[in-house]
Amino acid sequence: MAEEHGRKWDRCLADSARTGFGVGVVFSRVSFHTRIASLCRPNVARCVGSGMGLGMGYSNCQHDFRSPYLLHGHMVKVDQFSW
Amino acid sequence: GMDVKRICFTSLSLQKCLCGNGAAQPMQSCRRYTSAGDSGSVAGKIVAASLLTVGGGVGGTILYAKWDPKFRAAVEKGVPYSDQLFEMTIGPPPPPPVIPLPKKPVGLCICLLIKNVHGCKSEGDQFVQWSHAHVGVSTAEECKECEHEAHAHVVKERPEEVVSARLAAQDRAEHDLLSSLSAKLDDTLGSSAKLTLQAIGAQEAALSAIANHTSKLKEAMDAEGPSDKTSAQWRSLEDALNERSRAADEAGAALLKAKEELEKLRKVINAAKDSKIDAARPQILAAEENLHSMVVDLDRAVGKVQTAQMEAKIVSQYSELVNEAKAQFQKELDSITPEIQANWKGLTGKLSPDDLNSLIAHAHRRIDQLNRELAEQRVREQIHIEAALDQQRLENQKTLDKAVGTAISHSREQMRLEQEKKIEDVREVMEAEMRTQLRRQAAAHTDHLRDVLKVQEQELRAEAQEVLSSKLMEQETNYRRVTQDQLDAFTLDMNAAYARLKGIEEAIDSHVVAEEEARKAHQLWLSVEALTYSLKTAVADSPTEPLETAAKAVRESCADNEFAVALASALPEESLSRGIYSEASLRARFYQIRGLVRRVAMINETRNSLYQYFLSYLQSVLLFEPEQLAPPTKLKPEDLDTFKLLSYATYSIERGDLELAAKFINQLTGEPRRVAQDWLKEARLTLETRQVVNLLSAYANAVGLGTTQAP
Repeated sequence: MAEEHGRKWDRCLADSARTGFGVGVVFSRVSFHTRIASLCRPNVARCVGSGMGLGMGYSNCQHDFRSPYLLHGHMVKVDQFSW
Repeated sequence: GMDVKRICFTSLSLQKCLCGNGAAQPMQSCRRYTSAGDSGSVAGKIVAASLLTVGGGVGGTILYAKWDPKFRAAVEKGVPYSDQLFEMTIGPPPPPPVIPLPKKPVGLCICLLIKNVHGCKSEGDQFVQWSHAHVGVSTAEECKECEHEAHAHVVKERPEEVVSARLAAQDRAEHDLLSSLSAKLDDTLGSSAKLTLQAIGAQEAALSAIANHTSKLKEAMDAEGPSDKTSAQWRSLEDALNERSRAADEAGAALLKAKEELEKLRKVINAAKDSKIDAARPQILAAEENLHSMVVDLDRAVGKVQTAQMEAKIVSQYSELVNEAKAQFQKELDSITPEIQANWKGLTGKLSPDDLNSLIAHAHRRIDQLNRELAEQRVREQIHIEAALDQQRLENQKTLDKAVGTAISHSREQMRLEQEKKIEDVREVMEAEMRTQLRRQAAAHTDHLRDVLKVQEQELRAEAQEVLSSKLMEQETNYRRVTQDQLDAFTLDMNAAYARLKGIEEAIDSHVVAEEEARKAHQLWLSVEALTYSLKTAVADSPTEPLETAAKAVRESCADNEFAVALASALPEESLSRGIYSEASLRARFYQIRGLVRRVAMINETRNSLYQYFLSYLQSVLLFEPEQLAPPTKLKPEDLDTFKLLSYATYSIERGDLELAAKFINQLTGEPRRVAQDWLKEARLTLETRQVVNLLSAYANAVGLGTTQAP
């Protein structure tokens, strides 16, 4: 469980970063192309986005930590012909 | 002693005797030897005497044996090889004496057997005497039957061959006798017949001669022819008379001879009858008949001759009378006419009338005389006739008597002959019947014998069967008993052996069981040791190899032990499949867990935001507690603080008490608990496994202790 805890943290952080940056980038791009972005600079957009992303990541982390018994599964594609 | 020495000295083995007896006194023995001369003679005398005695005894025995066969038999029986000696000296032993068979006629046995049915005549009395004796008969079978019938205890039964030989001899003798008798009979019969015929012929010749003579006489008397004729007649008459006398003499002689011969025949017949051979009987009878007939014929012929003679006598008397008359007449004539020739019949024409007249006168006188005589005769006729009658009667009586006598004798003879013939017939019939009866009796006897034999056979067979069955049963019971005994003994032995075997087997089994137990215990112990050893194979931070095999080995080695099986199955799955971590690794891991637990000490279900996480992390950084804290014996509620618990656990784990540490870690709550769950599980696993293994080991040890035997 300790590794799980550690893994959780890793995932958490990674997720946060990813989601943050991703959202931020996406937001920024989106905002760059839309009018709303006129009032925001890309960095702001990015910040906003990353902030949103981080926040999402944070809440995800929290949710993840709060529901410790929820397992993360992986989808493994099974090659039909490899049986 | 002295005699022995003397005898020794005189025998050839002197040296030995000298050495033997005179060893102590050689000188004296020499001395004795030199003076043994006269003692030698005495010894010789003794020897001679003994030899004589022995020889005398033997000779006397032999002589007596020769004289008395019974003694001989006794000696032969008693003394071995004496029979050879006897045979050498006095010849073979005499044959056993046989009871002599009397000479018997043929029908003896038959008569004997039918004695009761038909009383044999005089011969039967004779037969009665022999009723118990062994009798001989003509036929062998009949005699054999007689043998069987006769009582053997009275007379010893003779062997068949002897009897048959005897019978054959008897038959032969009888046959010879019979043949001789018959020959004699025939001879005599022939001769007597011849003679009788001769006699009869002679008689008949005599008869004819007499008749001839008589007739001639009559003729001569009646005839008054010429003298030459009469002389011829008289001559022929004389011839006839001579003839007659001759014939009569001849007949008489022949008769005598015939009678002699007949007497002889009768004697022969009597002798034959005396010989009493039945086969000759018919011959005898025939001879007798012949004899009788001959006698009868002879008598008849004689009678005829006698009648003829009587007639002739009458005629001759008559002729004599006539001749007398004639002679008287002639005499008278001569007295009257003496010149007339003697033979007046030759007178023809020679007579003168005077002569004739005188002749006539004489004739008349004669006639008167004759008349007177006739008258006288007539007067005396009656008397004469009576006298003549008396005479005749006497003569008749005589002849009658004689004739009657002869007739009686003849008839008697005839009757006797008939009787004899009848007897003979009856005898033959009887014999035939006897034979049939005998045959029947023989058949009946054989049947009876057969029946008796059959019955006897059956009886004997039944008896034998019974004996056999009884013996068999006895044998069987014996055999059964013996087999039963054997069986019992065998069973006993078998049982004993079996029991022993069983005992041995049980002992062995128990040994085996014990050894098995020991082995199993050993096995268990080994497996447990293996298990224990496999526990040690935990390398740092990696679990041991899976305890599956070891646990399986343990399970196999203690398959029948419930406790061990339970224990073995109580091993946790994880340990089996994955193995357990060693204590060291757990310890190491514990420290990691400890850090983590410290970091999340504040997090529980209510406080589980990230901020709390941060705060908890901060707390862990800032809080300093003693790493190890000795746990109290009793936990108070304030001891249930995470950090305290961690300290207690650290202390316990440092002292190697994983269990206590686990217990303490178990008291964690919230997120620390979650975090430490893993470790706790592992610790629990290890502890469980270790506990089981320890139990198993203890058990194996205990079992091993129980089963190991002190060497």
